[in-house]
Amino acid sequence: MSNDNQFPLWEVFVQAKSGTPYKHAGSVHAADKEMALMNARDLYSRRNEGTAIWVVPASAIVASSPEEIGSFFEPSNDKAYRHPTFYEIPAEVKHI
Amino acid sequence: MENNTVNFENVFNDKIGKNEYIEPKDWMPEKYRKTLIRQISQHAHSEVIGMQPEGNWITRAPSLRRKAILLAKIQDEGGHGLYLYSACETLGISREELIRQLHTGAAKYSSIFNYPALNWADIGAIGWLVDGAAIVNQVSLQRTSYGPYSRAMVRICKEESFHQRQGYELLLELCRGSKEQKAMAQDAMNRWWWPSLMMFGPHDADSAHSADSIKWKIKRETNDELRQKFIDKTVAQAEFLGLTIPDPDLKWNEARGHYDFGKIDWEEFNNVIKGNGPCNKQRLEHHVKVHNENAWVREAANAYAAKKAKAAKGALVA
Repeated sequence: MSNDNQFPLWEVFVQAKSGTPYKHAGSVHAADKEMALMNARDLYSRRNEGTAIWVVPASAIVASSPEEIGSFFEPSNDKAYRHPTFYEIPAEVKHI
Repeated sequence: MENNTVNFENVFNDKIGKNEYIEPKDWMPEKYRKTLIRQISQHAHSEVIGMQPEGNWITRAPSLRRKAILLAKIQDEGGHGLYLYSACETLGISREELIRQLHTGAAKYSSIFNYPALNWADIGAIGWLVDGAAIVNQVSLQRTSYGPYSRAMVRICKEESFHQRQGYELLLELCRGSKEQKAMAQDAMNRWWWPSLMMFGPHDADSAHSADSIKWKIKRETNDELRQKFIDKTVAQAEFLGLTIPDPDLKWNEARGHYDFGKIDWEEFNNVIKGNGPCNKQRLEHHVKVHNENAWVREAANAYAAKKAKAAKGALVA
């Protein structure tokens, strides 16, 4: 009987340029964290896309559920005053 | 072993030299780490303590519109504190320790928040001048050499613009209002101008931490450079409001291309830092009191999480 174990799933985050935020690139399967990091490097930075990589066990990620997105984000819908353009500043006033 | 250390330091210096960013897992000099913890935690504490002078006015805001705006702004300050605490924790210090240092006085916060918000115009002056000064500093810090701090600054700067504009708009309304309202605005200007200039810290020649911070690109511009920038962009804004800046020596210097300004009262500054400002005691005591009173919330959250974990484990076994 063949061992069909595909290893756990890891999510991969790549930093494209020094100082920028890490962005989700995709995922890999790997047996442990070292393998996850190497697989992520091999798959997601073949063309020097990154300066650094994070791998995170997919099971450790908690996500909002798509069905509830409406009510989940509703509280910020009616708060236009959180945006700078809500405030009228005369055109003569500069640097504000 | 010694060879390795030398190499790590070279890599670090090389990155700084090339304007690259340092990330949490990179090797860094111990003093770089300590300086960052001191600066970022002070910044975080300032955001959180800064909620108090404004919170004082939530129940007395003159309209529902102003109340909603003020609530949103104070909520943002709390959020900025959280971005910064998180950035600070990447340097290996815990949230518990950061709060302990605030409570024991080992960590400081910006001395500006030890002044009271006495009238409604103060809310405008805080947004326009205090946040205005903070923006000048924070725009510069977007290019700080520590990655997590830089990223927190980028987020914060995006949000600060609303803070400053709501303050200016509030003052504009007062300045276009009755004589009494205009006088309130001038009174706030008189009290907040000099403390706002002090926010940039001592003159470069007297600043204990400046040299290392500039060398390591933690700070990209010096205290005096940032202070000058703030003054240069703020004078015209005050003129538009019809408010007088309380500095008889303030004058455009054609040769320098900057405004000259009067002598800052550093005795007052040092006195407030030492704990003798109008509200030092009140600000810290309030933070300690609320922290302790809310201990039950943390305990309840922990108990609930433990209960749920236990139930999940039970379900697995069954």
